[in-house]
Amino acid sequence: MEKFRYLSNVTTLHLDSELCTGCGMCESVCPHSVFEIEDRKAKILDQDGCMECGACANNCPVDAISVTPGVGCAAYIIQAWLKETGLKQDSNAQCC
Amino acid sequence: MKDHLDESGASFGKEPRLQPIFISQPDPSEEVCCGPPAGPPSGPFEKPGYKLLGFVDSFLQTQAGPVPKVKTRPGLSDVIGTVAVRLGIGRNDYKIAPGLYCIGDPDDSSPVMVTANYKLSFDTLRKDLEEVSAWVLVLDTRGINVWCAAGKGTFSTDEVIRLIKLTHLDTIVKHRNLILPQLSATGVSATRVKKASGFSVIWGPVRTNDIKLFLKNGLKAEKSWRTVTFSFVERFVLVPVELSLVIKSALWILLAVLIISGIGPGIFSISSSISRGFIAAMALLSGILAGAVAVPLFLPWIPFRAFSVKGAIMGIIAGLVVVFALMEEIQLVSTIGILLLTAAVSSYLAMNFTGATPFTSPSGVEKEMRKAIPLQAAAILIGISAWVIDSFINKGIT
Ligand code: SF4
Ligand code: SF4
Repeated sequence: MEKFRYLSNVTTLHLDSELCTGCGMCESVCPHSVFEIEDRKAKILDQDGCMECGACANNCPVDAISVTPGVGCAAYIIQAWLKETGLKQDSNAQCC
Repeated sequence: MKDHLDESGASFGKEPRLQPIFISQPDPSEEVCCGPPAGPPSGPFEKPGYKLLGFVDSFLQTQAGPVPKVKTRPGLSDVIGTVAVRLGIGRNDYKIAPGLYCIGDPDDSSPVMVTANYKLSFDTLRKDLEEVSAWVLVLDTRGINVWCAAGKGTFSTDEVIRLIKLTHLDTIVKHRNLILPQLSATGVSATRVKKASGFSVIWGPVRTNDIKLFLKNGLKAEKSWRTVTFSFVERFVLVPVELSLVIKSALWILLAVLIISGIGPGIFSISSSISRGFIAAMALLSGILAGAVAVPLFLPWIPFRAFSVKGAIMGIIAGLVVVFALMEEIQLVSTIGILLLTAAVSSYLAMNFTGATPFTSPSGVEKEMRKAIPLQAAAILIGISAWVIDSFINKGIT
């Protein structure tokens, strides 16, 4: 999706190459081709392409990837803010 | 009386007869009587209290019981349903029963596709599986599409495992592979599915129209099938839903707009509420169209990455259109008011559209919102003030 770019330097994606076994799972689940396997290790090719869906971290068998997953949705975030401030008790923040 | 109750109670306790019984019926065509000619006799799979769904063709007998075989061509009711859902009518309850379905003539070596029980997801999959023989395992994602369900946790590892067990999938196929849509990886851990059920997850393409190529390619997905897109058509179908989401709040805002427009030197004037209210309503409408229609459609061509900025740009353009169209009735101060209002409304709606795109990260949206919301609120306040002040200035001139 090179055509669509969102804000840079915001993603929480982090890869611990020490732990990585090079299984390739992250490369095959990422919908934005963020990873590439090189010399039996995963490498982050395009950090800013990450939309924090969490698919890679959820599927890495050795937990080498961390990311704070969520949906990039304003309505959802507003509801989360309201909940934080105690204005709203309803626990079901709805999105898409 | 009591005896009677006991008797009927006992009869209910017996094994229900699930197998259809065929008793030859008299052929109705020879009886000349009331009404139009009789229809065909009821099929063997009709049961009292159940309705056979239009997309079910027949049933395939398997080790684990009958499995509904579905048509790949969408019927009229499917098309009507799709249109209604796309327009935002009844979109919260468009689902099918979870369980195992099949397409074509699958056997114990045919592939198993897993999908959500949102009917649109299911409909697209079966349409794209035309002339393929496959099993389709439908999860209970509460009628939500694959991508959203994976994010919400209803398309989950546990749900995949539950359906494998529930449908006795291991007695139906002899291989141990499941094809899952890649976008469900957010909710499903392949390692955990394998551990709990013995089935290996193979990530299928993002878009179901690549599924036949994927099957031909030996279940290997090319990079382009693994990457999400957000084409004009994909954005276009989202527009009616975006609009249906704003209509309710828009009506309340419209009421407020009419009241505010009536405020003037004479405290409140009905005629001014109507004449100036019309202009303000046009401004509101153009702001909505800019943010909920123009931004989604022209997304990649509008400069800047932040959606709130894209929205503000389109909002100002839409506001200028209103100002030029109604030039004779608008003074400078109210022009400023109108532009601020259209920019703020459009900016807010565009920011909300982030939730429907497949590339905005929550960290980014939150960062953008922290900056944009105070500005949008300020623009609305200054805009309303300008609008009201203008009413007093004009009075002074005439
Ligand atoms: S999924 Fe984990 S272990 Fe496998 S290649 Fe990626 S980072 Fe390495
Ligand atoms: S969180 Fe999603 S988009 Fe980001 S790298 Fe992982 S799989 Fe790719």
